Amino acid sequence: MLSPSPSPSQNQVSALASPFIAGVAQGILRYQFCLDCGASQSLARYACHQCRSSRLEWRDARGLGTVFALTEITRAPSDSFRALVPYTLLLVTLDEGARLMAHGRAPLKIGDRVVARFFVHDDQPLIIFHALAE
Amino acid sequence: MNSAYIVGVGNTAFGRHEGRGALDLMAEAASLALQEADLDQQQIDGLLCGYATTLPHLMLSTLFCERFGLRPVYAHSVQLGGATGAAMLMLAADLVRSGRCENILIVAGENRASGQSRDSSIQTLAQVGDPDYEVPNGASVPAYYALLASRYMHETGTTEADLAEFAVLMRAHAAKHPDAHLRTLISLDDVLASKPIASPLKLLDCCPISDGAIALIVSRNKSGSSGIVIRGAGQAHLHQHLSALKSVLECGAGLSSRRALKEAGLAIEDIDYIGIYDSFTITLIMLLEEIGFAPRGGAAQRVRNGDFYRDGSLPLNTHGGLLSFGHCGVAGGMSHAVEAVRQLSQRAEHRQVKNACHALVHADGGVMSSHVSLILSRDN
Repeated sequence: MLSPSPSPSQNQVSALASPFIAGVAQGILRYQFCLDCGASQSLARYACHQCRSSRLEWRDARGLGTVFALTEITRAPSDSFRALVPYTLLLVTLDEGARLMAHGRAPLKIGDRVVARFFVHDDQPLIIFHALAE
Repeated sequence: MNSAYIVGVGNTAFGRHEGRGALDLMAEAASLALQEADLDQQQIDGLLCGYATTLPHLMLSTLFCERFGLRPVYAHSVQLGGATGAAMLMLAADLVRSGRCENILIVAGENRASGQSRDSSIQTLAQVGDPDYEVPNGASVPAYYALLASRYMHETGTTEADLAEFAVLMRAHAAKHPDAHLRTLISLDDVLASKPIASPLKLLDCCPISDGAIALIVSRNKSGSSGIVIRGAGQAHLHQHLSALKSVLECGAGLSSRRALKEAGLAIEDIDYIGIYDSFTITLIMLLEEIGFAPRGGAAQRVRNGDFYRDGSLPLNTHGGLLSFGHCGVAGGMSHAVEAVRQLSQRAEHRQVKNACHALVHADGGVMSSHVSLILSRDN
């Protein structure tokens, strides 16, 4: 595993998510895993959401998951994203357990099995889930 | 234990106030509340205020005190998104009951509609999302609530027509309030045919962005006959971000409202007026059903039965809610409490409901993240 960037970028509220951000830029999906209770969790945190342990480790996910929630955005929040309209945003529950917000390639519906791909929009590396071929 | 009473409320009209800033609007609402409470500035010894996205000052409370002629013994602002107003009422009640203050002015307002561009407002609000995981995707508050809606509809069978019932209901209520932002009646078809924003949410499922301000005064002493007692309060905070939400069926509203009812010594059946946060139609449905005012997937049926209308068995947001009275940030979330006070004290004029004794007011901040519930009662 490549070592993540140690310093937070200008937009980050903390250095905590650096391994995730560096991962997305390299096409790797990372999540936090608790070494004490074995729970995996969404976002970047200082403590395990289940047992409060601080013994957390970043792991690479396989990139497979299930669509938990889905919306098609018609009204984008900025000029940058107006260029993509309409686009699909998802909450995906990864097979490892963590939940993640990302783009999705339509058509998709809740419950669909998906696989993570990566793309860059306006210099921002992002995740887009595609339907998993049966 | 001492009691805490709401002895005065005031609001500006909601809508557009071109050329007026946050402080101008706050001062107008505060003056009206003082008048109603028959108090003057010298008698206010506590000041709680919200925040204004159009006036991001480090010390809004002190700034307001200076401009409005207050020299309180206690003052600060509170930030809890849409739940800020309810949280300030809960805190004010504790401050007067503990003896810290006699009369606390709670005030919030801003020129959210006319003081900035729509894009700027939407981008500021989107920051309740996670800056590393969520916001970079081109997400916004309507997108977060749309994601919630898609899952909630999947789990409960709620339909887009069910959501639309609440937009129609709130507009019917706002039509009777002279200070409401949106007062033109709408039909179910209007809602369903309105411009798509973030599926399943359409324009009329979303609250407008308004200018406006609200003030309330909480006192240790009941003044005249208008004292409404803050009988119970509760909070719950289970997550900040949508990505960390465990279940759309348990966001925290149930926990928060049960805590408030327990403190009030009341059961949910005792509640006869409700003021429920309604940033989107889905917000209202999820909160009503999690608190227990309707079975899962059944909130819209109660609208169709007429239960939530002014003359129904459980009137809801008779001012029109955020969806139609309007939303100017912190003050938007305080309008539900103001209407509850007016209903309980028989001062809601032609909107007056029959025999309201106990109101439950519930607000949520973020993406169903922070929950604050209040039980307000007529003091007999």
